[in-house]
Amino acid sequence: MADISPSTSNVPNEAGRFGLFGGRYVPETLTKALNELTTAYTEAKQDSVFQNQLTELFNDFVGRPSPLYFAERLTAHCGGAEIWLKREDTNHTGAHKINNTLGQALLTMRMGKKRVIAETGAGQHGVATATACARFGLECVVYMGAEDIRRQAPNVFSMKLLGAEVRAVETGSRTLRDAINEAMREWMSSVENTHYIIGSVVGPHPFPLIVRDFQSIIGQEARQQSLERFDALPDLLIACVGGGSNAAGLFYPFIDDADVAMLGVEAGGRGSQPGDHASPLSYGEHGILHGSMSYVMQDEDGQTCDVHSISAGLDYPGVGPEHSYWKDSGRVEYTSCEDDDAMHAFDTLTQCEGILPALESSHAIAAAMQQACKLGPSKRIVVCLSGRGDKDSNEIARIKKEMATAAASNQ
Amino acid sequence: MSAIDTTFEELRSLGKTAFIPFITAGDPDLEFTGQVLAELEKCGANICELGIPYSDPIADGPVIQASYTRALNQRIKLNAILDNAQTWTAGLSTPLVTMVSYSIIHRQGLERYVAQAKHAGIAGAIVPDLLVEEAPQFAAICAREDFSLIQLVTPTTPHDRALRICETTSGFLYYVSVTGITGARQELPPEVVDQVSWLKSKTELPVCIGFGISQAAQVKMLSQVADGIIVGSAIVKRVASAAEIGKAAALENVRTFVQELVAEL
Repeated sequence: MADISPSTSNVPNEAGRFGLFGGRYVPETLTKALNELTTAYTEAKQDSVFQNQLTELFNDFVGRPSPLYFAERLTAHCGGAEIWLKREDTNHTGAHKINNTLGQALLTMRMGKKRVIAETGAGQHGVATATACARFGLECVVYMGAEDIRRQAPNVFSMKLLGAEVRAVETGSRTLRDAINEAMREWMSSVENTHYIIGSVVGPHPFPLIVRDFQSIIGQEARQQSLERFDALPDLLIACVGGGSNAAGLFYPFIDDADVAMLGVEAGGRGSQPGDHASPLSYGEHGILHGSMSYVMQDEDGQTCDVHSISAGLDYPGVGPEHSYWKDSGRVEYTSCEDDDAMHAFDTLTQCEGILPALESSHAIAAAMQQACKLGPSKRIVVCLSGRGDKDSNEIARIKKEMATAAASNQ
Repeated sequence: MSAIDTTFEELRSLGKTAFIPFITAGDPDLEFTGQVLAELEKCGANICELGIPYSDPIADGPVIQASYTRALNQRIKLNAILDNAQTWTAGLSTPLVTMVSYSIIHRQGLERYVAQAKHAGIAGAIVPDLLVEEAPQFAAICAREDFSLIQLVTPTTPHDRALRICETTSGFLYYVSVTGITGARQELPPEVVDQVSWLKSKTELPVCIGFGISQAAQVKMLSQVADGIIVGSAIVKRVASAAEIGKAAALENVRTFVQELVAEL
């Protein structure tokens, strides 16, 4: 039985703890900036001018509220519960990431800083950061793993057009995890005049709190739209989880609604063997990575393991501390979806609804298709369609060619 | 009193500044690490810092990062490092401390890590990602076990916070000379001297300076105020030269360099 106390949403505490998880495990050099950020955010949260400015940006620049769309043909295809899509793919820049980067760009200026750094995996957060920086005239440097630069070429080009400098990270697995390491190292030196816009609900306190709050617009809108459209709350919420920002944004405003079930979907990659997936909530251990305590894929010495996902945005060995808290309290269930199932969901949604989902979001769609069959027609599922798939078209073409070649050689 | 406290007591009575070199365990292999430690002691090191390789070091620059990667690529495990350390410390009179990420300590279990390290003859730990707010539990174990917990103060640390850090620090206080990551710098910020003088006026702890130091002139200047000088990347770089010029020549490189720095103290 889930432990849903009225206080489940009342986290983190002042030390940035979500139960056991979260906190702050970083070099002393960063403490001052993190304290400044905490103060700036606490003040901004109470400041109606700041909040109005953000709302205006959400409405006129991002195009919010994003639609809650009834996926009629997908629902019929699955033959069960109604599938509704929270269309974050319709946002300016094509994903939920812009909700966070605009909020943090406003905070950057509030703190009197003029330069921003960011990391990116799929490139969506990089583009969203570069966009916010262009909008406000902030200098922008984006760290991106060399492997991800290959996988997400269109986004790299967009970032450069937007005036950002993209720095390739050649260390480690050359993916999101290494991009975060490199961004944090640069922040160690530039912390006095630079803000680090982290892209997910990860990192040291107060980042998991700030990113969750800025992304909560997803769940706030979905809640109101559900009441308007079907006069009830959804029975089940589903979102993909890499670091977990779109999931946290959708789930958080419903956390105290005990009748709303929630399912987070991690990247199951090629299977359950270590190194084949990126599912710390399903297979990982309590550990420390990138400044907070959470579930993480690590070996018996505490060294972070290499992980795999078809989608660059989910290819991460850690996860936000609040998801770890929700998992251990039983409030949210977590599962994982393998590469092939995500690809199948990508094709199905594209063909049934005329919507190309991001490979990340395709993991959530795959889980929704399964759950819809299980739940039956009287139930409603809201899925966060966190981003659009145009950025993945080259990668999908490559994978489909590989699959065709493999199929041909098996015949 | 830990071995580190004894070392500083002796140095103070002689009016001397400690030389504290850093090397990475298992770079390129554990046997060579043992040889380098012995050489460092011969050259006049007073305490040696042993870096435990970690997959995601945030505070380290390219030189130390690369050394961690080399060691981890050799699949060097914590158990093997600590087993070897037991042999090394038996042959050294210089205390050995580990520079170790809290990710590794947390994974071992705090009690178990301290017990294992003590069993290996290690005198303390520098934990670069353990802030004073998160430190109480580990600090209590270290205090009970007489295992030095060396904490860091940086140029961005406000004065009141620095004093709070001193309260749970033992062995020595590590003053980080620069706002940034490890790695040799041509110039160090001029305010280092004032900062360290202020700290020394407020704490009985020895105050040692690290990050960025690679030149004899820097050692000479900082030895006027510091109780110890920590040099890492500049030594690790010379250890790494073994891959090109062989271990004997790399060891000779380390010897020449360290002797040059120690001569300034």
